[in-house]
Amino acid sequence: MKTSLIDWHRAHQARLVEFAGWEMPIQYTTIIEEHHAVRSQAGLFDISHMGRLYIRGADAEVFLNLVVTIDVSRLSPGRIRYALATNEQGGVRDDVLVYRLENEFLVVVNASNREKIVEFWNTQSQKFSDVQIDDKTLVTSMIAVQGPKAVDIIRQDFPHAADLRYYHSVQESGQGGDFLISRTGYTGEDGFEFIGSPDEINAIWSYLYEQNQPTLQACGLGCRDTLRLEAGMPLYGHELSETIDPLSAGLKFAVSLTKESFLGKDQMTSISEAGLEKQRVGLELEGRRIAREGATVETPDGHTIGEVTSGTFSPTLDKSIAMAYVPLESGAIGTKLLINIRGKTHPAIVTSLPFYQRSTVTG
Amino acid sequence: MDLASLRYSKSHEWVHWDGTTATVGITDFAVSQLTDLVFVELPAPGTDVQAGQSCGEVESVKAVSDLNSPLDGTVTESNENLADELEKLSDSPFEEGWMFKLTPSDPSQIEQLLDRAAYEKMCEDEAH
Repeated sequence: MKTSLIDWHRAHQARLVEFAGWEMPIQYTTIIEEHHAVRSQAGLFDISHMGRLYIRGADAEVFLNLVVTIDVSRLSPGRIRYALATNEQGGVRDDVLVYRLENEFLVVVNASNREKIVEFWNTQSQKFSDVQIDDKTLVTSMIAVQGPKAVDIIRQDFPHAADLRYYHSVQESGQGGDFLISRTGYTGEDGFEFIGSPDEINAIWSYLYEQNQPTLQACGLGCRDTLRLEAGMPLYGHELSETIDPLSAGLKFAVSLTKESFLGKDQMTSISEAGLEKQRVGLELEGRRIAREGATVETPDGHTIGEVTSGTFSPTLDKSIAMAYVPLESGAIGTKLLINIRGKTHPAIVTSLPFYQRSTVTG
Repeated sequence: MDLASLRYSKSHEWVHWDGTTATVGITDFAVSQLTDLVFVELPAPGTDVQAGQSCGEVESVKAVSDLNSPLDGTVTESNENLADELEKLSDSPFEEGWMFKLTPSDPSQIEQLLDRAAYEKMCEDEAH
């Protein structure tokens, strides 16, 4: 699949890679240069591969309350929250953003999970008399403007959006139809995301890019990963899976154990009462070698206790960083561990997540 | 460095041969493909290396790649400053970015490596 911006990416010398069936830019310049641009100025990302599912009908709210972990009845129109879409065992089918709009919900899901979620939710929706799931991923586009300069960039043309609080959205009208702006992102910076028709989004992309040179850097998925890792955000398929529960993943804030019922609630309640066995931690390595997914985590006396779920070289900290699951007794901040990278062990220390936090918090 | 005087391996190492010592590095094409280099591990002096076999690593944000020796031989020197100055690999891959020197055990192997024209053709094919 190709996003509506594929011609722009090609014209701007993007390196394209296949990601979850989509041909996506991984970088235009270098990953580190684009990463620094987002931390210091602003970056523009095509994230049209993300799934956009509209949930409508009289039972939309009760349906969503069954399949995601947050209490969606507490969301007012315009509000957005992070949630987990769970399975019956308390594992994670996907991590999502739930947007409450005027007359419907929008759920943004991971590209790699979109078809799985649509299929499963369609089956689940049969339990209700009035729920429609409308997957508009292929007929809409989505972009993000992220970074400390994002709000100034947005204010020039979208003053309403610039006044949005964090995790809120507003509907705007353009020549290519209505589009949605939200103050959301996946980089650890302030920022905004746009969803609308391919024509409208293409026009906004080109306009924002041209109006904001050299402040606004086009960015690929390469730095999206290094940015989210520094921000300590989980990525499905790495920190999250069907066999990892949200509590061990450190996502208790996104789980409402007080709401009536949702898939996996009983299992999560049991885990909560029994206490966690393992937890997601941040690790800082000595040296510059990267601990990638699958590298084993060992105690100083050589016992394997866990596995790295993702790792990278942090351009902001100039350090090798990783996330891993380790037993609770090895998860305290400051714990010294070893990471085995291709047969050689490297000292690492458990550090607090996120690795990077922006200084000014908005919203 | 006159690039036409160098020989090249299919895994993107270059070799400069002065009749006694072979100097090895990775090409500008390899560096531009990898981008975002963060780490190199070079073979220590005295290490016996084999043609086409890994003797070190080049790591970028995206992935880790083997550094292969283009020739059989014994390493005589490695560029110790490189680890702290990885920008030399992007700025000067054929000069300051050299990686190690070796004494080949069979200098005739050099003739089996690609010349510049053949290497450029291979890169063109890989880029498409």
